[in-house]
Amino acid sequence: MSVLVVAEHLQGRVRGVTFELVTAARALGGTVAVAVIGPDALDVDREGVDEIVHVPVEQAEFENDVYQRALEALIAERQPEVVLLGFTVNSMGYAAAVAAKLGLGFASDVFAVARDGDSIRATRAFYGAKVHAELEFPPGKPVLLLLRPTAWPPAEDQGSATVAELDVGSVASRARHRGFQEVARGDVDITTADFLLSIGRGVGEQDNIAMLEELSEKLGATLAVSRPIVDAGWMPNARQVGQSGKTVKPKVYLAFGISGAVQHLAGMKGSETIIAVNTDPEAAIFDVAHYGAVADLFEVADELAKLV
Amino acid sequence: MRVVVAVKQIKVLGDEVEFVADGRDVDPDFLDRGLNEWDACATEEAIRLRERLGEVEVVVLTVGDRGSEAALRRCLAMGADRAIRVDAEPLDPISTARALAGAAAFESPDLVLTGVQSADSVQGSTGVALAELLGLPRVAVVTKLDWSGSGPATVSRELEGGLAEVVEVDTPAVLTIQTGINEPRYANLRAIKQAEQREIAIVDAEPGEPAYRIRRMFSPPRGAGAEILDGGPAEVARRILELVRERLA
Ligand SMILES: Cc1cc2nc3c(=O)[nH]c(=O)nc-3n(C[C@H](O)[C@H](O)[C@H](O)COP(=O)(O)OP(=O)(O)OC[C@H]3O[C@@H](n4cnc5c(N)ncnc54)[C@H](O)[C@@H]3O)c2cc1C
Ligand SMILES: Nc1ncnc2c1ncn2[C@@H]1O[C@H](COP(=O)(O)O)[C@@H](O)[C@H]1O
Repeated sequence: MSVLVVAEHLQGRVRGVTFELVTAARALGGTVAVAVIGPDALDVDREGVDEIVHVPVEQAEFENDVYQRALEALIAERQPEVVLLGFTVNSMGYAAAVAAKLGLGFASDVFAVARDGDSIRATRAFYGAKVHAELEFPPGKPVLLLLRPTAWPPAEDQGSATVAELDVGSVASRARHRGFQEVARGDVDITTADFLLSIGRGVGEQDNIAMLEELSEKLGATLAVSRPIVDAGWMPNARQVGQSGKTVKPKVYLAFGISGAVQHLAGMKGSETIIAVNTDPEAAIFDVAHYGAVADLFEVADELAKLV
Repeated sequence: MRVVVAVKQIKVLGDEVEFVADGRDVDPDFLDRGLNEWDACATEEAIRLRERLGEVEVVVLTVGDRGSEAALRRCLAMGADRAIRVDAEPLDPISTARALAGAAAFESPDLVLTGVQSADSVQGSTGVALAELLGLPRVAVVTKLDWSGSGPATVSRELEGGLAEVVEVDTPAVLTIQTGINEPRYANLRAIKQAEQREIAIVDAEPGEPAYRIRRMFSPPRGAGAEILDGGPAEVARRILELVRERLA
């Protein structure tokens, strides 16, 4: 089995998910090649990587037409049986396009992969992450999988891969990088707090937030939120936990009315102790929580307020 | 000018689950249905373009059974001009995109909007697959759209960790719309009533072979899950406080 990994990098630095993909690739057995698409051959050499393929392109930052062309060339040239990418915003920009064009087997947000003889089995979630499913792919075609970040540990030890280059010429992008903007600036730094009281859409209305803010003060907690609270304009961006917000690792993460969507979990599942309060016993947050209460957050909040 | 918006009637699982006999899906009796949150934002963005630019027709398009027409009607009630249902079963993002592509191409859109993801399956893939099948440029995870109605558009693309990117994209293009870009309007009762009476065009499609098949669906193993705190809200609060004090000490 031959596996191709596409490295992800931003502003000249390789992103951690790349090394998680290497771990997943290694576990499948067979040869592992890692492609680096960009002006420079960034260092992605880790134990278990057999070959690094540098695809030189002039664009320093990700552009989806560039990555699409490069991946198509890599698939034609190296004929991998499996291609692994991170389930990241960049991959969302081109992976499905490649799969649609080449008629590949394809799945995203995959958090377990296994070999079954010559075929691949992947596991992903459905219906608010309340159920899991095992997938199979059409035979005789490469399979392109977008793997959930943080589902595999990163490969750490230095490797001894050979380095090759693959030329794809210059690509005229139809969607061009023009610059970056920092969006999450604000009043507090939730990443340094020991105790976060984090509230989600379960709070229902904006008017309920003041009382929870008060409770967090009484408890000595910092108030954090899930994305819908920011989208609604009820709390500033800086308080958002998750993939597009902050990654936090407090001693205690107390989640009120948060369902546990994959992009939320990405930002808090490393917390030391996770306590979740949710009225839905099937909520996915209970899969990562250490303690869970199937209860109304307002009733619990009222009782907590009485105790402090 | 025409903007096509792909919208999905998603399936929402409640607090109980049973599976169909072959074990490959959840029993539909346990699933509620509703318009995907991201697609409400995409529809809103299209309507706002019309409000800004004038002569814009907003066409909403779905792939699904008759039950999925409810999503289209909700978008009509919000203000979409026309609705089309592709009569096919959405199985995976790639074949769903194939089912969308024919009807979308027929409309010769100046812009195509989809949601970033459907909440029931979190594929994050259908919009970009559709762009490829239409031969259009695309940007995924758009949080801001700046467009005069012709020539390139300037959009913000949301990356991880609070970073955004400014991208200039040629049009026609496919943009996958992220929540927070706008606050979708509520339809009033009259608009909802009127939308019930509107005609929905129904077209066929050949979605072809899916990019995956589900072998089995199952409830995740709960063994490693949370220790349950119970005994009513007062007792739960007492235990939480105890845990907090212990862990912060
Ligand atoms: C590219 C991308 C990036 C994203 N980034 C992030 C991110 O950084 N952070 C983030 O949070 N999300 C992010 N999301 C959104 C994510 O997919 C979910 O939509 C979001 O996390 C849902 O938030 P929630 O759990 O608060 O709301 P919901 O999923 O609506 O859950 C609300 C929960 O509250 C419970 N509830 C309701 N009433 C009560 C009550 N009275 N008491 C107790 N419980 C109650 C319900 O049972 C439910 O479980 C991102 C999505 C995309 C596509
Ligand atoms: N059955 C469908 N009908 C119409 N549009 C869909 C369908 N499934 C997905 N989409 C569109 O593709 C987006 C991304 O969905 P997904 O790739 O399933 O996460 C959704 O927000 C919709 O805009």
